[in-house]
Amino acid sequence: MADLSIDFCGVRSPNPFWLASAPPTNTGDQVMRAFDAGWGGAVWKTLGNPIVNVTSRFGGIDYGNTRLMGLNNIELITDRPLEVNLREMREVKRRYPKHTLIASLMVETKEEWREIIRKAEDTGADLLELNFGCPHGMCERGMGSAVGAEPKVLEEIARWAVEFATVPVIVKLTPNVGDILEPGEAAVRAGVPALSLINTIKSIMGVDLDRMVPLPQVGNASTNGGYCGPAVKPIALHLMGQLTRHPQVRKLAISGIGGISNWRDAAEFIALGATSVQVCTAVMHHGYRIVEDMMEGLSDFLDEKGMKSVSELRGRAVPAYREWGELDLSYKLVAKIDEDKCIGCQLCYVACMDGSHQCIHIPGRTEEESRRAGHTHIPKELPNRVVTAKAGTPGARVPFVDNDECVGCNLCQLVCPVPDCISMVELPSGKPSETWNDRVAKGTDFVPGGLDATLAARKAR
Amino acid sequence: MEQKRWELPPGRAEEGFEDKKPLFTLAEAVAESNRCLYCADAPCIKACPTAINIPEFIRKIGTGNVKGAARTILSANILGQSCAQACPVEVLCAGSCVYTGWGREPIAIGRLQRYAVENTLPKSPNLFQARPPTGKRVALVGSGPASIAAAGLLALEGHTCIIYERKQIPGGLNTLGIAPYKLKGPQALKELEWVLSLGRIELRTGVEVVEHATAPGQLAASELLSTHDAVFLGLGLGADSRLGVPGEEGPGVEGATHLIERLKVEPGFKLEGVKHALVVGGGNTALDIAHELALLGVQVSMVYRRSEKEMGGYVHELDAARLDGVRLVESRQPVEVVRKDGKVVAVKLAATREGKPVPGTEELVPTELVVMAIGQERATQVAKAFPGVELDSRGRVKVAAATHRTGHPKVWSGGDCVNGGKEVVNAVAEAKLAVADIQRHLVGE
Ligand SMILES: Cc1cc2nc3c(=O)[nH]c(=O)nc-3n(C[C@H](O)[C@H](O)[C@H](O)COP(=O)(O)OP(=O)(O)OC[C@H]3O[C@@H](n4cnc5c(N)ncnc54)[C@H](O)[C@@H]3O)c2cc1C
Ligand SMILES: Cc1cc2nc3c(=O)[nH]c(=O)nc-3n(C[C@H](O)[C@H](O)[C@H](O)COP(=O)(O)O)c2cc1C
Ligand code: SF4
Ligand code: SF4
Ligand code: SF4
Repeated sequence: MADLSIDFCGVRSPNPFWLASAPPTNTGDQVMRAFDAGWGGAVWKTLGNPIVNVTSRFGGIDYGNTRLMGLNNIELITDRPLEVNLREMREVKRRYPKHTLIASLMVETKEEWREIIRKAEDTGADLLELNFGCPHGMCERGMGSAVGAEPKVLEEIARWAVEFATVPVIVKLTPNVGDILEPGEAAVRAGVPALSLINTIKSIMGVDLDRMVPLPQVGNASTNGGYCGPAVKPIALHLMGQLTRHPQVRKLAISGIGGISNWRDAAEFIALGATSVQVCTAVMHHGYRIVEDMMEGLSDFLDEKGMKSVSELRGRAVPAYREWGELDLSYKLVAKIDEDKCIGCQLCYVACMDGSHQCIHIPGRTEEESRRAGHTHIPKELPNRVVTAKAGTPGARVPFVDNDECVGCNLCQLVCPVPDCISMVELPSGKPSETWNDRVAKGTDFVPGGLDATLAARKAR
Repeated sequence: MEQKRWELPPGRAEEGFEDKKPLFTLAEAVAESNRCLYCADAPCIKACPTAINIPEFIRKIGTGNVKGAARTILSANILGQSCAQACPVEVLCAGSCVYTGWGREPIAIGRLQRYAVENTLPKSPNLFQARPPTGKRVALVGSGPASIAAAGLLALEGHTCIIYERKQIPGGLNTLGIAPYKLKGPQALKELEWVLSLGRIELRTGVEVVEHATAPGQLAASELLSTHDAVFLGLGLGADSRLGVPGEEGPGVEGATHLIERLKVEPGFKLEGVKHALVVGGGNTALDIAHELALLGVQVSMVYRRSEKEMGGYVHELDAARLDGVRLVESRQPVEVVRKDGKVVAVKLAATREGKPVPGTEELVPTELVVMAIGQERATQVAKAFPGVELDSRGRVKVAAATHRTGHPKVWSGGDCVNGGKEVVNAVAEAKLAVADIQRHLVGE
């Protein structure tokens, strides 16, 4: 059994699974139930000056039969009295001393920061998280993502926090910026030991086409809110990957957030450099109970990979995250269809016809028919026998790939509904490995300086 | 043209039957449509005799474009409502769904089709606009699915259609024959009314087309020909065949389609004193009536002269009938209906070999009702009243396969009277072929 406990900039946590600051961490009763369910830590719903929330405040996006592929909210920070929150936090820490309790904070002035940090530390909180991410309501008041998007301001406030605090400080970043490295570097300069990201992404969830009002609806109006849930995971991973690749920023502890719903998502964040992960939407959707599977899944995965602890997994995939210009241009793949698995739906065929390079064919067609269907290249060998898909209904036809034309884009593999039916196989290209950067260096391809420069370089060759 | 409403009397036995495949709710329809893979070159389309673009209409349901889904369905199959409910989808569209071969539940295509059509037509009956009148008149003999589909399509082309139906209740077997747990008479009639509303279609019930008119309510074939620019024969099949065994004549022995018709249209229909029934035959009509009787609380045995494997009826229908209590007795044949004081009390069954009774193997099986479902006679004799129209050796109207034109240059035909008895969807498909050719003939397109 692998060791799931982690060390997050000096603070130990029984496992890397934390609840993100959000409705699941609204109250002491909730957080205690979550700890009972197995969560290793919780970031309390952001504390600050009392606010009033609107209704409704959530919007959901479904995809196909999947409910809540994405969620958005226009909720602000906690709407409960500060004293009540602090009392409950103290109680939680008293009863669960080994679990990680993190206070999330958001106020305006230096004095307010000093005061709230003192109060939060008084509860026994292990860490402080500065909420520089809320993309609605608070930013209009000069807080939240308004801070997160302004590196100078972020740096200044983070510096105050580090100065006032005796426990480690986490800066929670907003994804609503042009370049995530700017706030990241600002945090480094401020001397914080840890980052968390992402907070929610500015979004409009949809439009009610009958009422002609965007969603979620508040009376006859709406506003942009924050997007989260499974749909944002790729964005969160990318932003975190950028930070963990950065020579200075990667030295900070990072708590990965954004669309994490299961152990596999968590493992991916950790492999890309996270030390802990935080979960909000998945818990809002399915409850605290999902952590059972997260712990078991991650533990079994580590065992299977021969890793003894979460820290062994951490950052494993970071070196493989490169610039485009560092990728091998000589590497070649082609699609291969497993005739025994194919069910004959022709989804790969239509995707390749209209969405890629017209290199998947339906067997049994004459050259003439193929051309009429839109193929401009006819493979030298046309199998005209109708291959019956063994896994399909009688008469189902297994399409075939024209290897010479296949560009290896893998669109077909992505649309095929049958697992492992289409695989991408390596074809030896016969060429030595070469990247675009290599070519630029050698002057054999486009070079900086535009088309003229390229032409000149080519002539000079 | 004044729209006629067709009403069936209340208190009919079929009203008591529950839908075996009830109308989907919105949530069910969306969930099911989202399962569809939206196959390209989809096998389900090829398996539908009317070639409805199934993935397209299913996708439309998934996106909330239900009206568009109905348009897709009805433009390929104008009787999309009754087909959705009556089609043996297990062997047609859904039977070829890629999920079937993959070992997964196929898409419930029929139910999705019903969802789209049933939720659209009452709200938006004007999905299609008929072309301006051409002045051409087409006569349609019979008002079953074949004629109804043909009339609707011809009316959309701007032709005037007059349907002649010998019965008082129109719709053919769609109204009078389909099992009530699939499609009820009033539903078939509502669909028929919608088709009538598409253009100038007149439906004359109680008019039988005959060779020589001798009585009121009869119309001679020659007169029909002389007053119309084209004629479509949608005659269907005729009365139930008889076995020809002693004791068969008299009360207590019914023809299957006749009994089904009574279940569907006769007010206050009751099976007085019937605890057991014996259904003779192994086709789908036999399965239908056996299943219907079982649902009415009768103990039903189906007697078939060959083995289960050789039965003509669909496996899925037999399975469903069995679930509701029908018992199949294989390799047996009635050789006599036994009566006491005129009433049926038993049937003498003989074991069979290769479908023939083996003497000396008779046994008595008590029953109060015997239903003959061994086929139907041909209603096609009247076809010969149209000069040039020929029947084949099995009494089916001969047509050219691609055009459904008969030997008479002005006469086309389709449906059961041509194919010998298939499904509603085949009648529609054949009507489409015929209409395409009638159109070429009438306007020279
Ligand atoms: C018991 C039973 C159950 C069935 N169940 C199903 C099912 O579940 N699903 C399915 O798809 N199919 C089913 N079928 C088959 C389906 O009903 C037929 O294939 C379809 O109705 C054929 O349509 P049609 O228009 O050719 O003939 P019909 O529906 O038989 O219509 C013919 C019409 O022509 C009229 N007619 C005949 N001669 C004349 C004349 N000389 N003058 C005027 N009118 C005339 C008749 O009265 C009748 O109304 C079933 C059939 C039976 C018998
Ligand atoms: C309803 C709601 C309220 C939230 N409130 C806060 C908050 O008060 N403070 C905060 O830092 N983040 C808040 N968040 C953002 C989450 O902590 C988290 O960063 C984000 O939802 C992404 O994670 P997820 O994809 O697991 O939901 C909130 C999110 C939601 C959905
Ligand atoms: S998408 Fe997959 S299952 Fe479908 S035809 Fe292509 S290879 Fe076969
Ligand atoms: S008409 Fe019948 S066979 Fe065709 S798609 Fe509809 S239900 Fe299936
Ligand atoms: S075969 Fe099945 S999955 Fe494919 S389009 Fe037809 S109904 Fe959908």
